[in-house]
Amino acid sequence: MRKREPSIGLFIPCYVDQFFPQVAVATLELLEKLGCKVTYPLGQTCCGQPLANAGYERDTAGSTRHFLELFKGFDYVVAPSGSCVLHVKEHFPELKGLEEDTKEVQERIYELTEFIIDVLKVDVLKGSFPKKVGYHSSCHGLRGLRLASSSEMNVSPFNKAKQLLEQIEGLEWVELSRTDECCGFGGTFSVTEEALSVQMGKDRLEDHQKHQVEIVTGGDMSCLMHLQGIADRSKSDLKFMHIAEILNQSLA
Amino acid sequence: MSHPKAASQFLKDQANSHWHDETLWMVREKRDIISKTIPEWEELRNLASQIKDNVLSNLDSYLEEFEANALKNGIQVHWAKDAHEHNQIVLGILQEKNCKAIVKSKSILTEECHLNPYLEKNGVEVVDTDLGERIVQFLQQPPSHIVMPAIHLKKRDISALFHEKLDTEKGNEDPSYLTNAARLHLREKFLGSKVAITGVNFGIAETGEFVVCTNEGNADMGVHLADVHIACMGIEKIIPRRKDLGAFLRLLARSATGQPITNYNSHFRSPAKGKEIHIVLVDNGRTLQLGREKFKNSLKCIRCGACMNTCPIYRRSGGYSYGSTVPGPIGSILSPGLDMEKYSTLPFASTLCGSCSDVCPVKINIHEQLYEWRQEITKNHGEASKSIAMKLASVIFKSPLAYQFSGAMMRKAVRNLPKGLIYNPLNAWGKNRDLPEAPKESFQEWYKKNRK
Repeated sequence: MRKREPSIGLFIPCYVDQFFPQVAVATLELLEKLGCKVTYPLGQTCCGQPLANAGYERDTAGSTRHFLELFKGFDYVVAPSGSCVLHVKEHFPELKGLEEDTKEVQERIYELTEFIIDVLKVDVLKGSFPKKVGYHSSCHGLRGLRLASSSEMNVSPFNKAKQLLEQIEGLEWVELSRTDECCGFGGTFSVTEEALSVQMGKDRLEDHQKHQVEIVTGGDMSCLMHLQGIADRSKSDLKFMHIAEILNQSLA
Repeated sequence: MSHPKAASQFLKDQANSHWHDETLWMVREKRDIISKTIPEWEELRNLASQIKDNVLSNLDSYLEEFEANALKNGIQVHWAKDAHEHNQIVLGILQEKNCKAIVKSKSILTEECHLNPYLEKNGVEVVDTDLGERIVQFLQQPPSHIVMPAIHLKKRDISALFHEKLDTEKGNEDPSYLTNAARLHLREKFLGSKVAITGVNFGIAETGEFVVCTNEGNADMGVHLADVHIACMGIEKIIPRRKDLGAFLRLLARSATGQPITNYNSHFRSPAKGKEIHIVLVDNGRTLQLGREKFKNSLKCIRCGACMNTCPIYRRSGGYSYGSTVPGPIGSILSPGLDMEKYSTLPFASTLCGSCSDVCPVKINIHEQLYEWRQEITKNHGEASKSIAMKLASVIFKSPLAYQFSGAMMRKAVRNLPKGLIYNPLNAWGKNRDLPEAPKESFQEWYKKNRK
């Protein structure tokens, strides 16, 4: 008997929904190209991360309850953001009577590249993208979800995004001097510590620029939005694309 | 001063802050390289972390065992519940010995207790003998880093300082020349001190001995020339057995500076004939922290400073931006336990990037504790201080309709308002960054049109 097709709920973070709909479209199309049946539950808002990281986790009960209702029953929940996935996994507040639902969602939620590698176990991607690409390893995905080995640790090196991008013909993965330094976005940090945030972003960009990167990519639009904001202000010609956009475009 | 204010001041001198970042990054790179030459590095971290977990769970009995063994060895043991008691005990010993000048090797604990100003006020001359400490002492500054106290200064700063204080040649920036001048100056102080104070890196319960790690040998020089050795030790510095030292000594120097081991790891067990050793065991908020389930882990710290070297904030804002004795990530989870109001901005001086936790040799979950301190601090601030944006967000995010409406309004505003209005001076995002171009429709709207 053929196995039932797994149901996949697409979770699109609020700022992606509002400011980067093209990234959400790319995620949806990419998953479909990889043979997935994807549903996007309507009425999504925000996972609550901005509040929680600002110290108001206790005020996220409402948004969490709403999230759990929307994504209950899916075999998998997939999102194009390591940061929001980490929030769901680690910082959803405890809600009386919803402990089981919470645990279920936390076990079934995946960041996009992690889902493609670990669940879909895709090992061949046929596509072409002849560009020099610099990868920004967003911290929550990197050290929270362990999407790659962090430079601090003495473990066998791995990087799920690299594993995918390296299969794309013509794509040149550019090694940076500081492979996984934070870009300085940090949610509310970007405005409460504006000076530091911007300096960190400038330093990150410089690393990409000095290695002749053409396109900066990553798994989190929040970091890319911050970096792009600084790059655009200085009239730099660096381009920014979410990894879902590169993969989706190459596979076309 | 709040951290953001201090940080933006530090960043004003771009060249200097860039240099500071590069200098500390170099130390982290040395640490990365040497830690990867130890195949069992991650196992070592696990082991050290577990030993410290055990210590924190049985601190009372280990401390009693340590005291009993130290007493047997002829060491005099004192207990201080806070900084003030600690300072009184030290002064009491000095007065009993009629001692007016002491040498001290690096001890973050005595910084924490503000021992220097206390002794000076009571007529005792204190000379810090660690080179970096002596430099900041000349400048009447606290250390800016717990392992490299003068890391914020350049050779030319030190050359000018030594010219003024030690009469070295003007403009001579040769490190060997300057170090030699400091040695000659300190030699005199060593010879003239009847009492030497040191910190303690590890107190061993099983034997009642303690271990002091320095690179310059200044602790040993001070102690061996003096009649009385006072060792000031935070109660969390206990380890159960001498053999546990293996794990810690291998981790400490590699994490701190990227060297295989500290140059001097001196064991002190019992006083030589005619001499005295005193240990002052200090609580100063540590048992309180031990009682905080989410934060007790912070007491595992062995003060290697690796979290400072790796922290992208610390590297760019400097040690003084934290305004606390222990700066950087570990300082930001220790300090609020001492005074939550005063240090309320520190847990927010982080992007929660987690590099500190991955670099920590005893695996303290530093970034998770930063997150937890934020939850505590906002409780303390109450509803009134919560920003309007935050209040709005908590309402908007639980209702899809409110969210869609406000999202659409926001996009429309960004698209249509003149730039001057969006990027007004109050808008911290827009000061140095552009906003993304606002699309006409959200994904949700696109999906309804194209897929439903």
